[in-house]
Amino acid sequence: MDTETKKQIDELSGTATTGHDWDGIRELDTPMPRWWLWTFYLCIIWAVGYWVLYPAWPLPGGPTPGILGFSSRANVAVELASLHDQREAMAAGLATTSLQGIRDNPDMFRFAIARGRAAFGDNCAGCHGLGGGGAKGGYPNLNDDDWIWGGSLDAIHTTLLNGIRWTANNDTRIAQMPAFGGKDGVLKPAEINAVANYVRSLSGLPTEPDAKLALGKELFVTNCAACHGEAGKGNQELGSPNLTDAIWLYGSDLKSITETITYSRAGVMPAWKDRLDPVTIKALTIYVHSLGGGQ
Amino acid sequence: MSTPEVQAEIPFFAPSPKVYPQQVSGRFRRIKWVILFVTLGIYYFLPFVRWDRGPNLPDQAVLVDFERRRFYFFFIEIWPQEVYYFTGLLIMAAVTLFLLNAVAGRLWCGYTCPQTVWSDLFLQVERLVEGDRRDRIKRDEGPWDTNVWRLKITKHFLWLMIAWWTGGAWVLYFSDAPTLVYQLATGTAPFAAYLWIAILTFTTYVFAGHLREQVCLYMCPWPRIQAALTDEHALNVSYRFDRGEPRMSLKEARKHEAIDEKAGDCIDCHQCVAVCPTGVDIREGSQLGCIQCGLCIDACDSVMAKVDRPAGLIGYDTDDNIKARALGQPTHYRIVRPRTIVYALLLFVVGGAMIFQLATRATASISVLHERNPMFVVLSDGSIRNAYTVRIANKRPESRPFALSVEGPVGTQIEAVGVAPTSDWRPVVEVGPDQTREVRVLVTMPRGIISEKSTLISIKAADLFAGENVAAKENFFAP
Repeated sequence: MDTETKKQIDELSGTATTGHDWDGIRELDTPMPRWWLWTFYLCIIWAVGYWVLYPAWPLPGGPTPGILGFSSRANVAVELASLHDQREAMAAGLATTSLQGIRDNPDMFRFAIARGRAAFGDNCAGCHGLGGGGAKGGYPNLNDDDWIWGGSLDAIHTTLLNGIRWTANNDTRIAQMPAFGGKDGVLKPAEINAVANYVRSLSGLPTEPDAKLALGKELFVTNCAACHGEAGKGNQELGSPNLTDAIWLYGSDLKSITETITYSRAGVMPAWKDRLDPVTIKALTIYVHSLGGGQ
Repeated sequence: MSTPEVQAEIPFFAPSPKVYPQQVSGRFRRIKWVILFVTLGIYYFLPFVRWDRGPNLPDQAVLVDFERRRFYFFFIEIWPQEVYYFTGLLIMAAVTLFLLNAVAGRLWCGYTCPQTVWSDLFLQVERLVEGDRRDRIKRDEGPWDTNVWRLKITKHFLWLMIAWWTGGAWVLYFSDAPTLVYQLATGTAPFAAYLWIAILTFTTYVFAGHLREQVCLYMCPWPRIQAALTDEHALNVSYRFDRGEPRMSLKEARKHEAIDEKAGDCIDCHQCVAVCPTGVDIREGSQLGCIQCGLCIDACDSVMAKVDRPAGLIGYDTDDNIKARALGQPTHYRIVRPRTIVYALLLFVVGGAMIFQLATRATASISVLHERNPMFVVLSDGSIRNAYTVRIANKRPESRPFALSVEGPVGTQIEAVGVAPTSDWRPVVEVGPDQTREVRVLVTMPRGIISEKSTLISIKAADLFAGENVAAKENFFAP
């Protein structure tokens, strides 16, 4: 139907209608104010100005750059550089301050924690977990109060710098437990079972009903006490774990302990001084120490 | 309803007719002047009002401090997480608008809307420079000689000055006003200040100087909403057609009276149209373009006085009463009716809740977040420890020491990393004035005192001096 023929004058307002009819509802055909048109033209001019001044048209070789040379990527780079400078200024303070000094200065402590947490996430979380909770298979929990090589600021710092069993570093921490049942063949399986039961008894864990604890103790004194001590309390100087506490790096069940005695264990951590700068290692030391187990 | 077909083509765009409102004096004009001076006075000078909050906080009475994320209003200080106060204010503003509308129509539009107030000010400047309605119309129709140029340039210069002052006052709410004024005077203010002054100078100049009633007609949503919310008992600026019609000149009226025919009181002098800031004819009834400023009432009353007829041909009245008058029935006003009661009640409830909340709010808060990696730690002696990130907020303008304690099974202990404990082993966290501080908190339970995988504990921070206590509940996890 030809809509033109339906154009009518609305009686109430005296204005013409557009001729569109929706179930008896008609639309008034009121002209737009002229300034409305001008704002439209202004928007077009604004858009053209924008093309000239700012990056606009996507072309195969990249967008048109615009004569102002604006680039959000470059702005981010500038901001990052400025942030980097601010951080380095604070990091310079860490470099010249002792670990205890950093720990005692609230501002430095806060900065070291922040930097340490970031570095921990990048470098350490792979084995120790994001919060330092450790993982099964010999990755220690850094939140607890049990330390194989010591939990003081200096001890943690040394461990971080030189690593554990990291043979490329001459100063690395090394403790080598013999494989009593495996390649070293010192003990027979029955003897190992006796030692394993005895070790469990040291921390109050239940033993097998027919366990030969007396034999286990005798074998422990002969073979293990040199490093772990006669009472089994371990020695952080030698890196020998305390066997009397509630924390077991490789598991406390009889099977795990038997496996440890038979084949030995030898977890490895890299020497971070070859990979990270001294300030970051200091920050990591402060962070790990603050997780809850620091001594 | 529809009648003859349209012959002529209707253009897509048409220039809006220019409105030349005439000077008027009277009751409503005086009310409008008072409101204009009070509201603009508050706007322009409030940033300079001082309010002492002690040495650690700004002393500006009203300040939106984006940098430190605080809002100050005299004795009230709002933190970002308390943004619900603004939600409450906005709800109250909307309900107030509804209530005013139910009582007396577009009071907001006619008297207090910034668009109305600034347009009114700009119009007065225009009148002072270019003369009243008749002079302005004549000048705009005539040729542009040097005198016209001089007047126009003077007018636009004054407009721009007011607009610039408006933008200048705006930025003072976001920074220490005297300092910023000094910086602006010496050209050392931050770029954002200049940018915002420029933006607000532009919008004030364009909106109050050039667009005026076009804003009400084409941009503002309130006239549409208002039309949907009004009813027959709301007071509106109305023409009493029962008294005014049939309108005719004084001469005609005398002729009609001589032959005993009815002559309306309206002498069709068009004064009501001449003074209207939006250029509408109130005699056509309530309409979108009418902002109900009451100026036509003043104009009509003064004309009625001259022709010795009773005032009030145009006045605040309800649709219901106008109908009643036409039928010769008595008039009645129903200000108290369900909708005004509901609006007032809503206003009271929301306002009351906000005042109560504001009066009883704590000046400290604590939030506790459980460390999830690891969930718990077993220590050498078999005790179990959980780590929490605790953030304490001190909303007072002085530094305060908070002693941390834990409520849980007997034997539960608390320590905070990097915070020395007091003699009773409670770690004391010093939180700076109007600041928050985050500490890592370790909670330890000895071996064997809990068997559940999860136990509810409560971490409490107590102000050592003021005695204010805040606490938060969290879970303690065990193997």
